[in-house]
Amino acid sequence: MTEQKKKLNLQVGRLFRRFLSELKAAVPKIVPQAIAIALAFVVGAVTLILTGYSPLEAYAAMLTGAFGDTFGIGQTFTQATPIIFTALAFLFAYKCGLFNIGAEGQFLFGAFVAAVIGISFSGLPSFLHVPLALLAGALAGGMWGFIPAVLKARLGAHEVITTMMLSYVALYVTSYMVNYPFKAPGWVAQTVPIAPSAELPRILPPTQLSASILIAFLLAGLTRYTLCRTTIGYEVRAIGLSPSVAESGGISIRKGIILALTISGAMAGLGGAGEVLGVHYRFIEGFSPGYGWDGLAVALVGGLNPAGILLASVLFGALRSGGMTMTRTMHIPLDIVSILQALVILFVAAPKLIKYLLKKGGVKWWNL
Amino acid sequence: MRSITKTFPGVVANDRIDFVVEKGEIHGLLGENGAGKTVLMNILYGLYKPDDGKILVDGKEVEIDSPRAALELGIGMVHQHFMVVPSLTVVENIVLGREPAKNRILLDSDKALKDVKDFSDRYKLEVDLKAPIHSLPVGVQQRVEILKALYRGADVLILDEPTSVLTPQEVQELFKAIQALKQQGKTVIFISHKLREVLAICDRITVLRRGRVVETVKVEETHLGELAKLMVGREVHFRFDKEQPENQKVVLRVENVEAVDDRGLPALKGISFDVRSCEILGIAGVEGNGQTELVEALAGLRKIIAGKILLDDIDVTKASPSKRMQLGTSIVPEDRHKRGLILGFSVMENLILGSHDKPPFATNFVRINIEEASSYAKRLIEEFSIKTPDKDTLAQNLSGGTQQRVVLAREFSRNPKLIVASQPTRGLDVGATEYVRGKLVEMRNHGCAVLLISADLDEIWALSDRIAVMYEGRIVAVKDLGKTNESELGLLMAGGKLD
Repeated sequence: MTEQKKKLNLQVGRLFRRFLSELKAAVPKIVPQAIAIALAFVVGAVTLILTGYSPLEAYAAMLTGAFGDTFGIGQTFTQATPIIFTALAFLFAYKCGLFNIGAEGQFLFGAFVAAVIGISFSGLPSFLHVPLALLAGALAGGMWGFIPAVLKARLGAHEVITTMMLSYVALYVTSYMVNYPFKAPGWVAQTVPIAPSAELPRILPPTQLSASILIAFLLAGLTRYTLCRTTIGYEVRAIGLSPSVAESGGISIRKGIILALTISGAMAGLGGAGEVLGVHYRFIEGFSPGYGWDGLAVALVGGLNPAGILLASVLFGALRSGGMTMTRTMHIPLDIVSILQALVILFVAAPKLIKYLLKKGGVKWWNL
Repeated sequence: MRSITKTFPGVVANDRIDFVVEKGEIHGLLGENGAGKTVLMNILYGLYKPDDGKILVDGKEVEIDSPRAALELGIGMVHQHFMVVPSLTVVENIVLGREPAKNRILLDSDKALKDVKDFSDRYKLEVDLKAPIHSLPVGVQQRVEILKALYRGADVLILDEPTSVLTPQEVQELFKAIQALKQQGKTVIFISHKLREVLAICDRITVLRRGRVVETVKVEETHLGELAKLMVGREVHFRFDKEQPENQKVVLRVENVEAVDDRGLPALKGISFDVRSCEILGIAGVEGNGQTELVEALAGLRKIIAGKILLDDIDVTKASPSKRMQLGTSIVPEDRHKRGLILGFSVMENLILGSHDKPPFATNFVRINIEEASSYAKRLIEEFSIKTPDKDTLAQNLSGGTQQRVVLAREFSRNPKLIVASQPTRGLDVGATEYVRGKLVEMRNHGCAVLLISADLDEIWALSDRIAVMYEGRIVAVKDLGKTNESELGLLMAGGKLD
C-alpha cells in the first residue's frame, strides 16, 4: 500500500469513527423521539379504528404516498422545506433563551418582499435576481425579528408577546397588500407572477420540489456551524444558558438578543422567499397553512438541534404529502393528519411518559 | 444505612458505606468535596436510588424512593442551594404543599401564620414571617428552610453544608438553633468539611474519604489534627510564604464610589481605597454590607452614581466588563453559578469565556479556532489540576472545588494586573481551600494586585498584607496586618467605633 493510500485510509477511518461516535451520542436523543412518534401512530390507529377505517391500509397508503414514487418523495420534501426554515429560526432564538413564536409573520413578510422584488425587476440575469430576492426576503424577515429584539433589549418587552402580535401585523399587512396595491387582476388575492429570472429552479420535475430545499439543508449545516464554531453562536448560547455569567464574561446581552432574534427572523424570511420563488411563483393570500407554527413544533420534535430538525421536518412533510394521497385513494379525511401531528407533538412534549415507558421496558435511560 | 453503594458513570460515589445515626444526637458527616457526603444523604432523602445496600429506620428496613417518602419517615433535608420560592413570603414558603385551608380550598393565612409562629418560637428560629424571601439575607433564608423541614414533621434533619453561606455571627446563631433542636429530641445530621465547626457542634463524627467511611469517632476522643488527617489523608498546611515586595505601585484606585443595590437603596456610600502591586488587600466585613455591589462595580456590571475607578491610572469608571478584562482585571466571583461558570458549557468553553472573541481563539472575525481552544484548555486543566474526565465535560458535572479551579484557571491565565477575589474559598473543602489560597499568594508574589473580599476572618488574616473593614457601604478602617488584632476587627465589622 502506498503512503498516500495509507493516509487516506487513516483519514477515512477517523471520519468514520467520528461519525459513529456522533451517532452513538445521538441515540439517547433519537430513541425517545422515535418512541413518541410510534406512540402517536398507535393512538392514531385507535382513532382510525373508532372512525371505521383500517389503520394498516391507511398507514400503508400514507407511506406509499409519501415515499412510494418520485412524485410522493418530491411532495414530501416540498412540504418539508418551509418547515425546516421556520424550525431553524425557532431553534436559533431558543438557543439565546428567546421564544420566537412569530416565525409565521417573519415567514410571510419575507415571502411578500421576495415576491415584490421578483415582480419589480425584469431583465436581470437569474444569478443576480434570485439571490437579490432571497436576500430581500431574509432582510424583511430579519427586520420582523429585529423590531421585537430591540423592544426586548431596550425596554424589556417580552418577545413571546411582541413576536406573536407582530405576526398578526404581518399577516394583515400582507393580506392588505395583495388585496389592494399589489393585487393581480382576477378573483384571487394574489400578486402577479414573478419574473422568470427570479424563479428558483425545480430540481425534481414534475414535482414542485425546488432548489429551496438545498438552501434549507445548507442553512441547517450553517446553523450548526454558527452555534458551535463561531463567536456569535458561543455568545448566543452563553446568554441562553446563563445571562448573568455571560454578562460577567464581557458579553453584551443586548447585542446578543438583537443578533439572535434578527438572525432568527431572517431564517424564517428566507424560508418564505424560497416558497414564493420556488413553489408558487407569486405571493398568494393565505398560502401558508401555518408553517411558522409548525416550525416551533418541529424544532421541539427534532430535539432542538439542526440534524433532528431535518429529520422531523421530513416526517411532517411526509405526513402532509402521504395524507393527501391517503385522502385521495381511501377517502379518509385529511384531519387525521392534523390529529397525528398533534399526537406527535403531545408525546414529544411528555418526556416523562417516555422515560417511564423505557423504565418499564427495563431499559436504563442513561445507558442508551 | 448499611453497605450503601452508588455509582455514577465513571465514579463510585459511595462504596459500601455503613452509617449509623442514633436518636437525639448531632452527627457530623465530614469529608472533602467529592467524598460522597451529599450523595449519601441524597440517598437517605430519596433523591437518588442506591445501587446496593439497605436503609433501616428504627430497626425496620425501608425503601425511600422520593423526598415525600423520606418525610413520611420523619427525615427532612436542607440543601446547600435553597429550594425556596423567592417571591413568596416566609410563611407561604413554609406551608407550601401543606397549606392549612378554610373550607378545603381557601388558604387560611391566619392559621398558617399562627402555626409557623409557634414553630419558630419553639425552636428559637426567629424570622420575619411576612417578609418575602428574596428580601432576606441568606442566613435567614436558611432558617426558613429548617423551619420548612420541621413543619413537615422531620425528626431527623439533614443539613448539607449549612455554614458555607453564613457569616460567623450567623453560624453562631445556627449552632444555637441546632442545640435547641437537640434539646427538643430531634436528630441532626450535619454535613460539613469544616473541622472546627464539626468539632464545636457534633456529638459523633463520621469521616468519609473517596466514597468510603474512614472512621466514626466521638467528638471528645478526637482533635483537629487527627480529623484533618482522616479527612484529607495527609497533613495540611495553613500558612503561606510571602515574598517581600519591591517597587510597589498603585494598580487600583477607587475614589468616593457610590452605588445603589438592586432595590435602589444606597449600597456603597463613598468608598475609597488603593490596591498596590504585590499586595493582598483584604476586605473584612459581615456580608451584605456592600461587598457584592463593590465587586460588581469593579467588574463593570453595576453602574456607579458617583466617584471614579482607576486601573493603572486609566479611568475605567465607564468601561464595559470586557474592556476592563482587556485592561487586566480578573474577577473571581462570590457566586460561581450566578457569575462564574456557565454550567451548561463544557470546561473548554468556560475556560475561554471572555477571551472567546479575541485572538488566538477568534479568527476571521467570527470563527472560533477549536484547535487553539482545545490545546489551551488542555494546558490549563494540567496546570491547575482540574479534575475533569476531559475538556468537553459539562461544568455542571464537576464538584464545587473543581468548578472553582476552572474559574481560577480562566481568571489567572489572562495575565491580570488586578485580581478581585470574592469569597474565593466559600463552599470548598480543606484541600481546595489550601490550593486557592496558595494560588492567590502566588499571583501576588508575581506582582498582581489582589483585592480579597471574604466573610471568613481566618482567611483575611492568613492572606492579607493590609486589611480594610467594610461596614454599611463604607470602608471604616484600613489597617496594616501587624497593627491590628482580631478583636479590633470584629468590633469594626460589627459597626463599633474605635476610641
